[in-house]
Amino acid sequence: MTTSVIGKPLPRVDGRAKVTGGARYAADFNQPGQVYAVIVSATVGLGRIAGIDSAMAESMPGIIAVITHQNAPRLPYGEHKSYIDPAVGERLHVLQDDRVRFYGQPVAIVVADTPDRAERAASALEVVYEAERPTVDPSDPTVTPIVPEAAAGHADTSRGDADGRLAGAPVKIDQIYEIARENHNPMEPHATIAAWSGDRLTLWSKSQFVVNEQAEIAAIFGIPAGNVQVICPFIGGAFGTSLRTWPHVTLAAMAARQTGRAVKLVLTRKQMFFTTGHRPRTLQRVALGATADGKLTSLLHEGSGETSRYEQFTEALTSASGYMYSCPNVRTQYRLRQLDIGTPNHMRGPGEASGIFALECALDELSYVLGLDPVELRRRNEPEIDESENKPFSSRSLMKCYELAAGHFGWSRRAPEPRSMRDGRLLIGMGMASATYPAYHAPSSARVRLLPDGTAEVAVAASDMGPGTYTSMTQVAAETLGLPMDQVRFSLGSSDFPPAPSHGGSWTMASVGSAIRAACIAVQEKAARQAVADQRLPVFGAALDAIEWTDGRLRRPGDLSAGQSYGEVVSSLGAPIEAEASSQRDKDAAERYSMHSFGAVFVEVAVDPDVGTIRVRRAVGAYGIGRVVNPRLAASQCTGGMIGGIGMALMERTVLDPRDGRPVNAHMADYLVPVNLDIPRLEAYFVEEVDPHVNPLGVKGLGEIALVGMAPAVANAVFHATGKRVRTLPIRIEDVLTA
Amino acid sequence: MLPFTLEKAQTVEEAMAAATAGARFIAGGTTLVDLMREEVERPERLIDINALPLADIHVEGDALVIGALARMADVAAHPEVQALQPLIAESLIEGASPQLRNMASIGGNLLQRVRCPYFRMLDAPCNKREPGSGCAAIDGLHAGHAILGTSNHCLATHPSDLAVALVALDATMRVMGPQGERNFPVEDLYRLPGDTPHLEHTLLPGELIIDVHVPAGAYSRRARYLKVRDRASYEFALVSAAAALDIEGGRIREARLAAGGVGTRPWRLRAVEEALIGKAPDRPAFEAAARLAVQDARPLKHNHYKVELLPRTIVRALEMTGEVA
Repeated sequence: MTTSVIGKPLPRVDGRAKVTGGARYAADFNQPGQVYAVIVSATVGLGRIAGIDSAMAESMPGIIAVITHQNAPRLPYGEHKSYIDPAVGERLHVLQDDRVRFYGQPVAIVVADTPDRAERAASALEVVYEAERPTVDPSDPTVTPIVPEAAAGHADTSRGDADGRLAGAPVKIDQIYEIARENHNPMEPHATIAAWSGDRLTLWSKSQFVVNEQAEIAAIFGIPAGNVQVICPFIGGAFGTSLRTWPHVTLAAMAARQTGRAVKLVLTRKQMFFTTGHRPRTLQRVALGATADGKLTSLLHEGSGETSRYEQFTEALTSASGYMYSCPNVRTQYRLRQLDIGTPNHMRGPGEASGIFALECALDELSYVLGLDPVELRRRNEPEIDESENKPFSSRSLMKCYELAAGHFGWSRRAPEPRSMRDGRLLIGMGMASATYPAYHAPSSARVRLLPDGTAEVAVAASDMGPGTYTSMTQVAAETLGLPMDQVRFSLGSSDFPPAPSHGGSWTMASVGSAIRAACIAVQEKAARQAVADQRLPVFGAALDAIEWTDGRLRRPGDLSAGQSYGEVVSSLGAPIEAEASSQRDKDAAERYSMHSFGAVFVEVAVDPDVGTIRVRRAVGAYGIGRVVNPRLAASQCTGGMIGGIGMALMERTVLDPRDGRPVNAHMADYLVPVNLDIPRLEAYFVEEVDPHVNPLGVKGLGEIALVGMAPAVANAVFHATGKRVRTLPIRIEDVLTA
Repeated sequence: MLPFTLEKAQTVEEAMAAATAGARFIAGGTTLVDLMREEVERPERLIDINALPLADIHVEGDALVIGALARMADVAAHPEVQALQPLIAESLIEGASPQLRNMASIGGNLLQRVRCPYFRMLDAPCNKREPGSGCAAIDGLHAGHAILGTSNHCLATHPSDLAVALVALDATMRVMGPQGERNFPVEDLYRLPGDTPHLEHTLLPGELIIDVHVPAGAYSRRARYLKVRDRASYEFALVSAAAALDIEGGRIREARLAAGGVGTRPWRLRAVEEALIGKAPDRPAFEAAARLAVQDARPLKHNHYKVELLPRTIVRALEMTGEVA
């Protein structure tokens, strides 16, 4: 193709709309006659509601309804589970009983004619509790780790004799790593506007998975899925928090039905620490045994994550330990610790971000025991194949990632000894870590419509939480159809469109992109078929295999004439040509290959030896992610992921008061995320990588891996700077003060 | 947010009259509005004082005079502030964020409320918010709380960076009230919590801060503010130190020191100052003196690290006075 747009660093097609206020987010879809709902959240961490006095609240001006478990409709809560819901357990049913399962659980909803009046009445509502002391610390001695009943591929694994070989290994590392709970904290709060028309419900709702929200709300209210439409064209950041359909969506729909009005419900920042998921706290043990020359002989990875008492949230905490390095004896174990908290959920780099932290810090520790360069240690343990699955990788460019990132970083200038590099009085540390994330490909559909004006409309019920889905999908369609970018209009974010998988797991490009490509090819075939049957067109009567679409024109190969454009074919027919197609992973390829993205991150930190402040001074990442559809967007993805990783390494943690489980820092002044001044020059490079096995586009996904690896690289750099090994995230001033 | 009325004062007299009748002053609103949204502050009547002619910054004799309504950003950028009292400029730049500094007034900065998380949670006991209800921080989470000047009723630190600098520099303030004008050291604006943590300052009903006077000292130009925190900006101090030294003939003739993030009010470190007099300005002398800062420290379970961090911060701030800002 002469006008390739895949691979070009094109600007965002929705950029102008976003910076001029033209992009409409869920809470922007105000409806006529709309009223406002405010959630009242439990102020105890466990127990039951002994009484609610709503008389005062109900008498306040503008109050339309006060809904509690005492007067809420009993909802059918029909069976519904998607793959983004925990496989075991049942979602929180809101306002259906008097139980309080965790601090912040919704216990009532107040509806008023203005947001202020609703808030005021919500704070006037008197709720009396019989409170018990919750257990919210996974290290609490009363917590017995359980085996997840459905570990979805994260089950315990073993090959060889890891425990036996560890005991006799010449060189050993055996350590415990702990990661704090993190909340996603995107800029846009969760928001839903719900409006009923008879038994049909429209939800303008922040969601990374509109078709699942449609199905789930339909199941909860016991209505056909076709009666529910979910609309979400723009997302102001999510990081996974909008994958599931959380209780506030149900509450908005319930309030709208009770009041007969369109209801708008926006969570407060504080409420975004309660019922919209979080990265679970994890405790991990990694033990490594090696020969004196650095060959791994044993790898043990035992991890546990917190979950709620009503659902078993699982993530791939230990999975990467099976395939990252070559080692004959490997044992992994994954457990859950059930606490009186809301159910955690996926947060950028779920599982791998936490698991790789433990593994890559342990490798780093081993490198010092061995006196080996950390990169060299990894090189010596580079596997030929995925040893956990006993099959080749579809592509794996980790060695090239080390080379590329180390070169740009200047790793060769690193003095190996800890606490040996200085810049003036500051201690300088250089650390690195590997990163990985599975290259998934989920079933997706797409629809393409060719219009008489020669343009194409593409629609999928996909989402764009920021990576640039609008732009990259337009590129795929433009490239496949041979049209300029401005001749393709891509729409997403409506459950009426052909279904897409959840917008997470770094699989949107692979899944939705492949579906769009398939739909474009399908519509080309359909148009060609109709063209050869159209007497008015020059290709009339041609054999289908004798003509092809090139650069948006239908002609015989070698034909030097202009051929027919989409517009001419469609105009001649007199009606738009439409095709829908779907895409899913080639089962045969999945059987034969292990499919993962790989990357390497190198970080330099400066630590003040007097007062312990830690600043990341620069970071360089290199990634092997298959084909890069848009280098500009990809670099932006990496910048965001690396910043998220700096937050995970040095700042982010949600602290719960052990007495009642309340998050004490549910506020953006107290829950620290990096600010501009914390972010130095970040560089991302991509290894040229052709992977014909993963999917027709050859893309492996980038969103998650951009965060994975950052936290261990920072932690390893902090050790190199200070000689103090911190195995708890986030690493704070007080941790390095006594180095 | 609860309903309230908002009036605009054109004169200091009008403002005082309204305040005497129960109104609360509002200038930049960066603390008050935030707390009103969370219903921690529930004023029924606000008197907007932004129109009053109190934003001037000038020099009187050798003292710098900063009007109570001058904005943090304007004071920090003022050439005479930077030239005469660089410590003040540095403490302001280290505070808040550019957006907040554009709005927040000097008077409001000095009177800002504490950052204890329990103070901001209506469903938690807090003696400051609700006298007699108890202190959730003492047996709860208090890693950010004070180790000096605490009581069994409150551990909250005073959050202002500027106040630390002003207390170090022996600044005084002029207030106007129904009983007339008063002048007193900025340090005396703040109370220790004792058993009345809800009483934070010594202003009388209706009194309005007019301006702050910062006397020049031989130490004023050799002065630095060091704020230690987990992120580089927009975070309150874990520990901070304002340090100013007058050195003559290789000996310290005068020292001014105060700390933030560790005390229930901006904490002047007189014992450390005295220990420095006559010493050579070197690290051993700084370290020996800085240890005196934590003599009376009463750390609890989660803020023990501040006992280690405070002397280190003081030492580093003292060292920085010899470096160009």
